[in-house]
Amino acid sequence: MTTLDRPTSARTPHDPTPPERPSRGHRWRRRLPWWLLVAVLGVIALLWIYPFIWMVSASLKSPAEIFAGGLSLLPEELRWENYARAWTDGNFRRYLLNTAVVTIATVVIVTVRCALAGYVLGRYRFPGSRLILGILVATLFVPTGYTIIPVVKLSMQLGLLDQLSGMILALSGGANVAAILIYAGYFRGLPAELEEAAVVDGAGFLRTFSRIMLPLSMPVTATVSVLTFLFTWNAFFLPLVFSFSNPDLRTVSVGMQAFVGENSTDWSGMAAAGVISLIPIVALFAFMQRYFVEGIAGSVKS
Amino acid sequence: MSDSSVLTPAPAPPDRGRSLAPRPVRRPAQRARLRRRNLWIYAFLLPTFVLYGMYTLYPMVASYWYSLVEWNGFTADQRFVGLENYRAVLADPMFWSAVRITLVFMLIVAPLRVFGAFFLAMMLNSPKLPFSAFFRTMYFLPVVTTTAIVGVVMRFVLDPASGPLSYVTELFGLGPVDLLGSSATALPTAAVIYVWKFFGITLIYWLAALQTVPKDLYEAARIDGAGAVQTFRHITLPLLIPFLLIITVLTVEDCFHAFDLMQTMTAGGPFYSTEIIEIYIYRFAFAATIPQLGFASAAAVLFGLLVLAVVGVQLWVTMLARRSGARS
Repeated sequence: MTTLDRPTSARTPHDPTPPERPSRGHRWRRRLPWWLLVAVLGVIALLWIYPFIWMVSASLKSPAEIFAGGLSLLPEELRWENYARAWTDGNFRRYLLNTAVVTIATVVIVTVRCALAGYVLGRYRFPGSRLILGILVATLFVPTGYTIIPVVKLSMQLGLLDQLSGMILALSGGANVAAILIYAGYFRGLPAELEEAAVVDGAGFLRTFSRIMLPLSMPVTATVSVLTFLFTWNAFFLPLVFSFSNPDLRTVSVGMQAFVGENSTDWSGMAAAGVISLIPIVALFAFMQRYFVEGIAGSVKS
Repeated sequence: MSDSSVLTPAPAPPDRGRSLAPRPVRRPAQRARLRRRNLWIYAFLLPTFVLYGMYTLYPMVASYWYSLVEWNGFTADQRFVGLENYRAVLADPMFWSAVRITLVFMLIVAPLRVFGAFFLAMMLNSPKLPFSAFFRTMYFLPVVTTTAIVGVVMRFVLDPASGPLSYVTELFGLGPVDLLGSSATALPTAAVIYVWKFFGITLIYWLAALQTVPKDLYEAARIDGAGAVQTFRHITLPLLIPFLLIITVLTVEDCFHAFDLMQTMTAGGPFYSTEIIEIYIYRFAFAATIPQLGFASAAAVLFGLLVLAVVGVQLWVTMLARRSGARS
């Protein structure tokens, strides 16, 4: 195909318009398979996010319209009162606040403790360093279902079971090994001259870390906090168990289930509650996509 | 993390580039400085020791103790019963059913995710594909959404009476289809939804792996006159085999975290047909009117051992493959 087209354009070199047309058609033909692929991938992508489109659409319809409306995604009339219902009657105002408090506190604790631990594990050899790294790596794959019972029992004994602080501590104490390893890998890669220069300048251990190392690790810190945010915002098992006896502690993921359990026919309220709960995390993803991707890709690379 | 130096697929952290303190320390001044440094190091580790010790290490050990007692969680008295709980768990056909469902679920989900994401990543990685960044975002989007909320929403999308899917099946004259409500279709349906939900993670793994293939290799292959198939077969594929192993390990391990989706979508039903082990544990420990924490702990310990065994076997295979790869 390519060889046939070329002579055509070469034959009329002096005419200003004809040489363009065949070459454009030629390019089009060569690119056609790619555009077909784009079309196929585009249709699949639409189906891929269809559940979310459906949810947004349902959140703006009246319940009757959802039941009778067939497949149309456009509401006849925008029913913002669904959001008001989810917000106040469904108590999502409370749930959203709880989730925000728990998530932000957990992100701060996890990022700080993982940066500290990752720094010393990545850069120093000291008595016990290999053992600690070994234990951390060995527990990389511990499932929540395995540890949940003692975690609840321990929190009960400490009087933390029915409190947000207990939930925060439990969430920041589990499964953050990956974050420590990301930090350790990053700090290990920094040149040793940095430290030597700091020591020559008279900086102590803490100063070297806080003034030189920590500022350098900002990309990693962004990655770790974004991923921790994601996991905490979306956590379900721990918040569920921690809010059994006190519904005021529910996070959005637990609240959603409770809402559906109490108002099983309120589809539009359910959808509005879902939109309210997902907007913050999707917005974060939209702005910080790079860090999400890098954090997840990091576990393959290292 | 992209521009850091760790690009090898070795799972164990390499041991280079630490700021090495001189090992044989003689002078007292130096020794004192080293001791002070170590104090700082342990101070830095303290928050992790406390939190991680309380909420990860201690529970792992305590689970073993709890699994040996009879205990309802309300009262303080725990009666030591030895291995009685294990005997009861292993004699419970529901436990074996949960093990089978967990493994079947994994066997449906993992291959679809690993190979499906591989094909999509191959397409998205091509520089000739327009809008590939946009597609990557779209296919990744479900990953960031809250699983427990997606589970609830999916219940409505798949609702046989008025969910959007029911309209589609009616359009094709199939009548109402209750995918989550029948015990024959509930598990495959949940598995497909789980694939959809976390497909983007495996996709990103593969895109990262493909990025490590040096561009000049492709260039050289093109100059040598290799076609697309040849390039793929002789360049891309051999370089990706180590990644295939590690991505499989990560994806398989991920299949054991389906509690959020299952609990909110089917809660183990209908007729326990989607009851994975985590829901089984949850049922006895928290959902029952009289919790059987000892019994549930025994199930939890067995679950931990199962995950350990599955991951261990895979790491072992990975190691064997790497060793034989290094030899040839």
